[in-house]
Parts: sequence; C-alpha cells; structure tokens
Amino acid sequence: MLIEVRWHGRGGQGVVTSSELLARAALLEGFHVYHAPEFGPERRGAPVRAYTRISDEIIEQHFGIYEPDVVVVIDPTLQSETEMILTGLKEGGKLILNAVKPLESVVEKVKEKKVKLYVVDAYKIAMDVFGRPFYNTPMLGAFTKVTGLIKLESVLKAMEERFSGEILEKNKFAAKRAYDEVEEYVLP
Amino acid sequence: MRGRLIGLNGDTAVAYAVKQADVDVIAAYPITPQTIIVEKLSEFVNNGELNAAFVPVESEHSALSASVGAALTGARVFTATASQGLALMYEILWIASSLRATVVMALGNRAFSAPINIHCSHDDAYAARDTGWIEFFAENVQEAYDLTLQAFKVSEDKQVLLPSIVNLDGFILTHSLEGLYVLDDKDVREFLPPKEPVYPVDPEHPVTYGPLDLYDYYIEHKRQQAEAMRNSYSTILKVFEEYSEFTGRKYEPIKTYGIEDAEVAIAILGSSAGTARYVARKLRKEGKKVGVISFTLYRPFPASELRKLTRGLKALAVMDRSYSFGSPGAQLFMDIAATLFNEKERPLLFNIIYGLGGRDLKPEHVEYVFDKAFEVAETGETPESEIWIGVRE
Repeated sequence: MLIEVRWHGRGGQGVVTSSELLARAALLEGFHVYHAPEFGPERRGAPVRAYTRISDEIIEQHFGIYEPDVVVVIDPTLQSETEMILTGLKEGGKLILNAVKPLESVVEKVKEKKVKLYVVDAYKIAMDVFGRPFYNTPMLGAFTKVTGLIKLESVLKAMEERFSGEILEKNKFAAKRAYDEVEEYVLP
Repeated sequence: MRGRLIGLNGDTAVAYAVKQADVDVIAAYPITPQTIIVEKLSEFVNNGELNAAFVPVESEHSALSASVGAALTGARVFTATASQGLALMYEILWIASSLRATVVMALGNRAFSAPINIHCSHDDAYAARDTGWIEFFAENVQEAYDLTLQAFKVSEDKQVLLPSIVNLDGFILTHSLEGLYVLDDKDVREFLPPKEPVYPVDPEHPVTYGPLDLYDYYIEHKRQQAEAMRNSYSTILKVFEEYSEFTGRKYEPIKTYGIEDAEVAIAILGSSAGTARYVARKLRKEGKKVGVISFTLYRPFPASELRKLTRGLKALAVMDRSYSFGSPGAQLFMDIAATLFNEKERPLLFNIIYGLGGRDLKPEHVEYVFDKAFEVAETGETPESEIWIGVRE
C-alpha cells in the first residue's frame, strides 16, 4: 500500500504543518512516512505545496510526488487554479476542497478526470473556532474522514505533540468538526 | 531495532544526535539548508538540555577556526554548513585535518553559486574530498542521525584523529520528515564515551601546533597524514560493526542491491540511492539483472571493496550530482575509474550528470540510465562524454 498526498495552500496558512501532522499521525499507526515541504522563496500569501507519502512498506524513494492519490486544497481561493490543483491526480483519486461550493470549472474537470470531489467549509469552521482563517487542521480532519487511512485519534495525538493549551484544544475541535462536516459533492 | 521511533526532519535528527553526543563546543554560522541544525542546537544550549559553549561566529571561516581551536584543547566539537559556507571554510578544512583536530561537521548538501541556488548538488561534498576529512553520505534521515553519532566515535579514535563530514542532501533530507529510531541518552553514552584528548593545548604543558615546516619535514608530515587517512578505514569498519551490533541497523562502507548477479549497475551517492533501488526492484521483477551501489563512506574511498563488488558487472553507470569543469569525468566517476583501471576484470564505465540544483531524479530517469547501461554492455561501446539527464534541451 502506498498513498501519496499533495497539499495546496498559501504561505502562512500552515500547509507544511498539515502535511507534517499527517505524517506524524501515520507514523503513530506504524506506517512508513515521508513528508516534504516544497521550498522556494518564502512569501506570505504565495501558493505553497507540501507532500506526504504513506506506506506499509519501507519508503526508499526520494523523488517528488507527481501523481497523487489525494489532493487537499487548504486555501478557498485556490480552486480557481483548477489546472494546478488537479494536475496529475490519479483516476479514482480524491480532491478535497475548502469551499462552500465548488466552481464550475472544478466540477467539469473532476468529471473529465474521473476523480471524487469532497467539500468542507473550513473557512466557516476556522472563523467560528479561531476567529481567524486557520484552515490547516480542519482540512486535516476532513482528509482523515475522506480517506479513512488513519484514525482521527492518531491525528489528534499528533496535534498534542505539536500544540498545547487553548491552541491545542481549538485545533482539535476544528479538526473534529471538519471531520464531521466534510461531504462528498454529488456531481450534477 | 534499538531505540524509540519518532518523526524528525534530517536537520533536527542531526541536532538531536549532536545533543546526545554531549558535545562541548558548537561553533557554527547558519546557512540554508543546514540552518535548522544550528537553530535547534542553540535552543538545546539555551534551555539547558545541552551543556555546551555555543559560539555564534560571524562567518564560516571563523566557525571552523573556532572549532579547530576548541578541538585541540580536547573538546568534543561540532559545526555545520552548506555550499558557500563550506567554500568559505576551505582554507581551514586543510588546517583542521592537518592539525588532527577531530571536528565533526554536518554538510547540508547544496549547489555552489552562481546562479544562487539553495537546493541539492554534491558540489560542497566533493569540494572537501581532497582536504583530509573523512566523509560519510546519509541516504535517509535515520542514517543522518546514526552517522553523526558514528562520526564522533571514528574521528576521536586514537588511531584516526581526523575530522569527519556527514553529508545529507539539502531539502530532500534536511527539511523532510521521516520516521527514525533514536537511542536513549544512556545508550549513546555507552557507545560514545567522553572524548579522550591527545596532546591537548594546555597552558601548564605547552605544545606547538602548526609551526613552519618547509622542505625539511613537510613531505614526511603529509606522508603521515596520508597513512592516517588510509588507516582510518579499519577503525571505520570497527565502528560500523560495533554500531550495527548495538542498534541492529547495519552499516557498511558500500551498500549494494542485486550486485551478486547483476549485469549492469548504477553507482550513486546520497538520497537518490533509494530512488535507484526503487527502480531496480521494479526492473528485477521484469527479469532484468540490475544492481545499485551506493557509498555510505566516501573518504577514505572504499576502493578494494568496490573492486570486489564490480567483478561480475558488464557496465556501470556512475552518477554524479555535480560537475567538474574541463575534467575527463565528474568526481565519483573519476574515483571509480581510477579504482578499477588496473583490474583485469572490470565493467565498462560511463558518467551520468543529474539533479544539479535540486532537479528531481525521477524513476524514468533511472530507467533510462539502466537502459543505457544495457546498451553499453551489449555493444561494448561507451558514450564519448558524460550524459546529462533531466535537462531541458
């Protein structure tokens, strides 16, 4: 088993943290992991990616991920970059968006590529919980539900290693809420 | 497997090993992609987890100068750098090894400027190859951790007394998280007891280091240094063996895959070795007899081991993540060509240039190299010059 994940977001949104927390959670469940942030000049607001590789076998390969099984788009405005976010996503793969509703262009492309689309309003969750647009842990919660790859408890445990106090509690709450609220988008 | 499984990136794993090695002095200047190592170590010192002197120097030249001085007083010393930082240390690299200063350095491999690039090439690792430092290459985060601990043991051994570099590919390992087993502090102390100084600089018992040494004795001293480097090999084997037994993680100067019956093989350094093996496993399933040779130890170069391993091979593709301008071949290629030239039974060699400045080495690139190797083996003809792969024409 090998699952490859690509995360999209913008600088400052915790894209790298989501990927890292996923890797740590998978590690807690005994999987082999590789988490790699994509580095260029670090600019707040610029599109950023991160990659997670999870396997039940040793991961020897150190090349980039070009054909992910899952793409998670943390930033709600990035769905307009339809080409970019869907590049290489495998047939039967999963696209998870932070959105109230997917754009027309995304829906069309999703049909064409025969992938599954999932939507969660992580913006609303973030504003309710943090009062600020922190989407990364909710989107990790959504990922956990959609893929069923690892347990939510493991994700929450990985968060405990990273955060503490009120921040931890809020992140856990936001992740759980997105876990409950994410839904498959039924294509029209 | 001895130790506790945790997730760390390569830089943090190195810093953790350095903390457990209980170093006395750290003198380093931050430079991408090694910065996290220096940051973590300064944190460890600041919060009292590590009782060491952290010297925040103003340049890499000073970082290594301070490290050499500290090592000669008998301290256990660590520094880290990358790319331009190593270039700035160059003068002191030779002095460190020639004064037998047992500094351990992590090198987050990064391309030399210009143009400015922060990603992986092996330019810096190769720039140090002639300087009298022992050089190790980590393939993954676990090895970056393990080799850092072993480097102290090797360097400080009284039969060796030479500085060591642990190479880890910039970003691919320095900034990427993998699972690894870390030892308990107690186990590290057992494997790596405190350094026992040899002829330390001490005001009560004055000694002279680095005096003028002209044509009367210089060549004898260089000859001794050459012997020291050559002799370090047996200590390295001993330390590898001891560590393998201690941890259950096997360390050898050269790692191989499929070499026993391979017709063609790739020779490679660093994190791409795993990618090469990943492809080789796939090709093996298709019945192709391919192999991979990767070097955990680069200096001293494990020449006699390599001669034994390459005996049955028809063609060997030597892959360099650097380029030696105007040279008959890049650096690893020349090492291997020189090693095998006098062998009666030896493979045909050709040189591949890949991955400069972080350009990704993809499985299809590796497949191309194996195909090329079969072509060379069948036709008996080698390419006139090196082949660049993954390059837009």
